Amino acid sequence: MKWRMIDTKKGTRCRVLEGGSGTPVWPGYGDSTGDELLEDMLDFALHGWDLVDALGLSRPHVIGHSMGGMIAAEMACLGPRDLARLVLVGPAGVWLEERPIPDIFAMLPHELADVLFVDPARGAALLTGGADLSDMEALKDFYIVTQRRLAMAGKILFPIPNRRLSKRLYRLTAETLVLWGAADRLIPPEYAAQWKALIPNARVQTIEGAGHMLPWERPDPFVDAVVKFLA
Amino acid sequence: MKFTWFNLMPWPYLPDDFRERHRSVWVDIPNTLYDPRKGHHVYHTYLDQLEYAETLGFDGIGCNEHHQNGYGLMPSPNLIAATLARRTSRAAICVIGNSIAGYNPPIRVAEEFAMLDVMSGGRLVAGFPVGTSMDTNFCYGQIPALTRDKYREAHEMIMKAWASDEPFAFDGKYNQLRWVNCWPKPIQKPHPPIYIPGGGSIETWDFCLDYDYNYSYLSFFGYLRGKSLLDGYWERVAKRGKDDSPYRAAFAQIICVADSDAEAERLYAEHCLYFFNRCLHVFPPFADPPGYRTMATVKYGALSQLTRARQKILENLTWKQLVDERFIIAGSPETVRQQLEECIKGLRIGHLFCLFHNGNMPDWKTRHSSKLFAEKVMPRLRDLWPDYKHDERWWIHPMDDRLRPEEQRPGAEKKHEEWPR
Repeated sequence: MKWRMIDTKKGTRCRVLEGGSGTPVWPGYGDSTGDELLEDMLDFALHGWDLVDALGLSRPHVIGHSMGGMIAAEMACLGPRDLARLVLVGPAGVWLEERPIPDIFAMLPHELADVLFVDPARGAALLTGGADLSDMEALKDFYIVTQRRLAMAGKILFPIPNRRLSKRLYRLTAETLVLWGAADRLIPPEYAAQWKALIPNARVQTIEGAGHMLPWERPDPFVDAVVKFLA
Repeated sequence: MKFTWFNLMPWPYLPDDFRERHRSVWVDIPNTLYDPRKGHHVYHTYLDQLEYAETLGFDGIGCNEHHQNGYGLMPSPNLIAATLARRTSRAAICVIGNSIAGYNPPIRVAEEFAMLDVMSGGRLVAGFPVGTSMDTNFCYGQIPALTRDKYREAHEMIMKAWASDEPFAFDGKYNQLRWVNCWPKPIQKPHPPIYIPGGGSIETWDFCLDYDYNYSYLSFFGYLRGKSLLDGYWERVAKRGKDDSPYRAAFAQIICVADSDAEAERLYAEHCLYFFNRCLHVFPPFADPPGYRTMATVKYGALSQLTRARQKILENLTWKQLVDERFIIAGSPETVRQQLEECIKGLRIGHLFCLFHNGNMPDWKTRHSSKLFAEKVMPRLRDLWPDYKHDERWWIHPMDDRLRPEEQRPGAEKKHEEWPR
């Protein structure tokens, strides 16, 4: 596990946990185990706080993307005074009847990239690490990894990604940035307005040229927006 | 051998271009394709067939549960079974079965199955499928990764409810009931025979063997493809030190009998192709949502269903392929007898679920095929397992003095009768 220092434009410094071996990964993802212990939304949110404790952090900034955003928001509702600022990137967890979210649990492997990325061809390469899904072995490898992750995600996202977070969001008093890819085809940008309306202290920023996988598609503007907000 | 006449109850009016116009026969099939007025006729045709099968001498008559499905008109198989309980009196009524992970609370299944067992005089075979992912996850909203755990808990509640003579509290993860007190209770003791339909999950084998339940492999792709799976099952049976009674296992098989092989093709080809081309046209992700199968099963199995090639196979199937590859067993009584013997011995099964009605087959052809089978094939396959002639562990044990309501006219005068003591 490695920490890295980032300098913000305003001269403050942030300590950021770096990806790579030893970095904590959510159970059910990568080689992280223990997924059978997390069964519902409360388990997920408390696991998030367990991780904060295990890392010895006090009042951290919390950033969550997609399902991670749903977990981060739930954590912030449970312990509103235990975090500093919150960044939600295209978060799941809210459902608008007039804009139903596509069912990612009912998609062919090659259909995923279409809803996740503004540029599906580039997205597919990012998703598969460049593997060719018409090759049976590559498909099997990709399928097994994806199935394991989505099986875990399904515990809070299936069949509808709504575990009644909306009624608890009034408790989310942390200052919050809601970031959205302007071309998000999975959770469309209309959802940003709903999050802003439900969170007492939130602002919304939309980033052009990005779909649901905003941090992968436009990493520079994404990091800029986050760093600027946290500074 | 025990033979059960099974009807999936397909909708016979799917349009010719169904495959091209719609992505799935299941889950999101356009429900405008269903016509309730035609449905009235269809139900009665199918119910009549099930009753007819009893008169032909089949040991059982069977139904199952599917939701939002173009080849199944039985979201509630228990309603079908209830009508059969009143109109038949000899055959086993095989409900294969109730997808118990989807019932809230599952005590409902204990109650309804008990009702059916009592109404039928102890003729219920109770099936407890995990349920296909189409039914249990996509139509009934259960979380895929938790479905098996919820199934396990539902099974525990039902079996405890049937066994217990006193009210008890059930503190489950998915179901909490302070007062479980099954009323009525089944006639068959300790419980009706229990069948676990499996589509190929290897965990199901151990579950069946833990409780000595029948393992029913329900496939539409015939015994050549079923062989490796049943071999795996029997290996497991041996490893667990259980006896190898063929009645531990059941298999479903599409069967078409005619006077000659050529006549079988002439009579039944279009209906079987309707079944394979249209009724099995399922959008692949509906069949395998993440978490529905365990990782062990995912790694064990092939991913062929996700490939375009597999979809193409169903699209371009011919009668010759169906017959040559034994997806179906079709032909003269002698052809059918010979192939079925190979199927039964090869898979080592004591129970055969026979599918005589296929796709959009009209009533007369279904009856013709069933009758030929009952008269010319069934008698010659009866005694394939002489060593297990008296093994009734996986079959019904009805009351001897049960009533025969189908023989009474509803309006007939009845003599004054007190409640029997």
